Amino acid sequence: MIKIKTTDRYNITALRSFMTNILSLVAGLVAISIIFLIAGVNPIFAISEIFTGSFGSFYGLKETITKAIPLILIGTGLTLAFRAKFWNIGAEGQLLMGAIFATWTGLTFGQSLPSYIIVPMMFTAGFTGGALWGIIPAILKIKYSINEVISTLMLNYICAEILTMLIVGPWKGKTRFGFPGTDNLPDQAILGLIPGSRIHYATLILAIICAIVLCVVVYKTRFGYEARVVGENPDAGKYAGIDFLKTSLILMTISGGLAGFAGVGEIAGIHKYLGYPAAISSGYGFTAIIVAWLAKLNPLYAIVSGIFFAGILVGGDAVQISLGLPAATVDIVNGTLLIFLIMGDYFLKHKITIQFSKK
Amino acid sequence: MEEIIISTLTRAMVAGTPLLLATTGEVICERSGILNLGVEGVMAMGAVTAFIVTMTTGQPWLGVLAAVGAGMAISVIHAFGSVTLQANQVVSGLALTMLGLGLSGMLGKPYVGKPLSIKMEDWSIPYLSDIPYLGRIIFSQSPFFYLAIILAIAAWFFLERTRLGIQIRSTGENPKVAETQGVNVYKIRYLSVIIGGGFSALAGAHLSISYSKSWIEGMTAGRGWIAIALTIFALWNPARAIWAAFLFGGIFVVQYLLQPLGISPNFLSMMPYIATLVILLLISLKDSKKLSPPAMLGEPYQRGER
Repeated sequence: MIKIKTTDRYNITALRSFMTNILSLVAGLVAISIIFLIAGVNPIFAISEIFTGSFGSFYGLKETITKAIPLILIGTGLTLAFRAKFWNIGAEGQLLMGAIFATWTGLTFGQSLPSYIIVPMMFTAGFTGGALWGIIPAILKIKYSINEVISTLMLNYICAEILTMLIVGPWKGKTRFGFPGTDNLPDQAILGLIPGSRIHYATLILAIICAIVLCVVVYKTRFGYEARVVGENPDAGKYAGIDFLKTSLILMTISGGLAGFAGVGEIAGIHKYLGYPAAISSGYGFTAIIVAWLAKLNPLYAIVSGIFFAGILVGGDAVQISLGLPAATVDIVNGTLLIFLIMGDYFLKHKITIQFSKK
Repeated sequence: MEEIIISTLTRAMVAGTPLLLATTGEVICERSGILNLGVEGVMAMGAVTAFIVTMTTGQPWLGVLAAVGAGMAISVIHAFGSVTLQANQVVSGLALTMLGLGLSGMLGKPYVGKPLSIKMEDWSIPYLSDIPYLGRIIFSQSPFFYLAIILAIAAWFFLERTRLGIQIRSTGENPKVAETQGVNVYKIRYLSVIIGGGFSALAGAHLSISYSKSWIEGMTAGRGWIAIALTIFALWNPARAIWAAFLFGGIFVVQYLLQPLGISPNFLSMMPYIATLVILLLISLKDSKKLSPPAMLGEPYQRGER
């Protein structure tokens, strides 16, 4: 008789954690292969195309880094929120609100100010916009016990409609020939690119600094400790006198604000004007959830996992063109990988032994 | 004016139908203690499956059956993750939504924009449909509408009055005690998640073969998420879900009514989402204790060693 026994594992080493992640990703890729196979696509070709499209060429690599910028920014913010078990699913809306605030700032003050003033102003505005959109669900959750998953999601839809309302109405640019969208930002407000690429390096540097700073905040400060207690043991937190409202407000200011930064980068670095919501953010807010999860909620690891999932986005675009796969392919890849990462967590936390006994 | 009111109410019933179906399913699931955020994805799977099967076989009911089957099958992933592996239910549900939206997009790609020649016909209930006003509003609807109401009432009866229903509720309130009384918590939770998935897929089928008679990627448009909010609004009671869903159906429809008045269409599309937040806020302001979900909602349960 075969008996499967599971016991809790207490000593989780960094190496074991890392290997579990890698094995989970490999298992996920096998599952995705099966889906591709059923869909009539050669899985080996498709998956190798995804990775050569993103990491295998100089062009691909540049695009991967470009898309990693918003993912790292949002992903690091989410690691903090998720640690406190604050399920911020609204990074998409927070990014858009950041973009709205930054565009307004750039269009209003950009003409008359030099770059070194207007650019920081836009980043400040973007952070503020994202943070404002982020603290609404924090207030709703702590004051009115409204589930944050619902409120952050609803705010995503609401923000997308607000943005569309602006670009078809009062903000519609004179240079757009009647098409929705604002005018281009003035040159001073546009971020510099690494020559030959679309990498807006200012935002990239900002993203890496944010990840490092947040890592210190999470592991070395009282606030980081309190955020972790709120998530892991709320009863103990209440007993210890932690102010849940204050903690939630701060962490959503950071999480929303970083998503707002990402919005500034997309507007001032890539698009140069405010267009349709789907054009500004192709689901970065959702992909970043997996980025945070793969990073095991460590802000520093979010840099690596952000680059990895940016690669999947870029590779996903590549297979769309070369194999004629739909845009939804990326969702399948992301969803499947997330499922396998969750499964991996179980094997990380539990030891499974199979016993063969003669009976 | 009379005509406008009747047609608005009629359309509110249509728009409320998928919300009611999905909400009923989520109520059953959450009553067992499992939060399923995969509704949106399962709904999309249901919509695409119903559409493809109806189109290829010409049998709408076969489409419905296939959709329910697909919805149940894909929900097993969430059941496995949240019950067997005791994973975080929020993340597992989100993963299911991503997968469902992705798979439906891939499966449905060849069918985008193709009109459905055979759709689910509306049923006029004999005699009852002749009643002035009510006859048109309530008794000349699609089979999904009647099904949604019957299933919601049945679910209420099932949860409140049957042995299995009580087992589901006790699993959500206190799995340890339930287990000592001989309830198989894992089995009950699997069952509840899978039934809930079937309901979500049914809601999707309504969208693609009765409501709009076509398939477009992302046609669920956040209805799955609204259903999760309505579950709270209905205070985890399928009977309350009936009027909650049709109230929201009304909010969806009022958009089209107000459009000719020159109000921005984008502002109007925001309304269901704003209404969701406002209603949750109102319940909370009125009586925040009422917002208490099943005690063990979202908490993984680990079976003790025996």
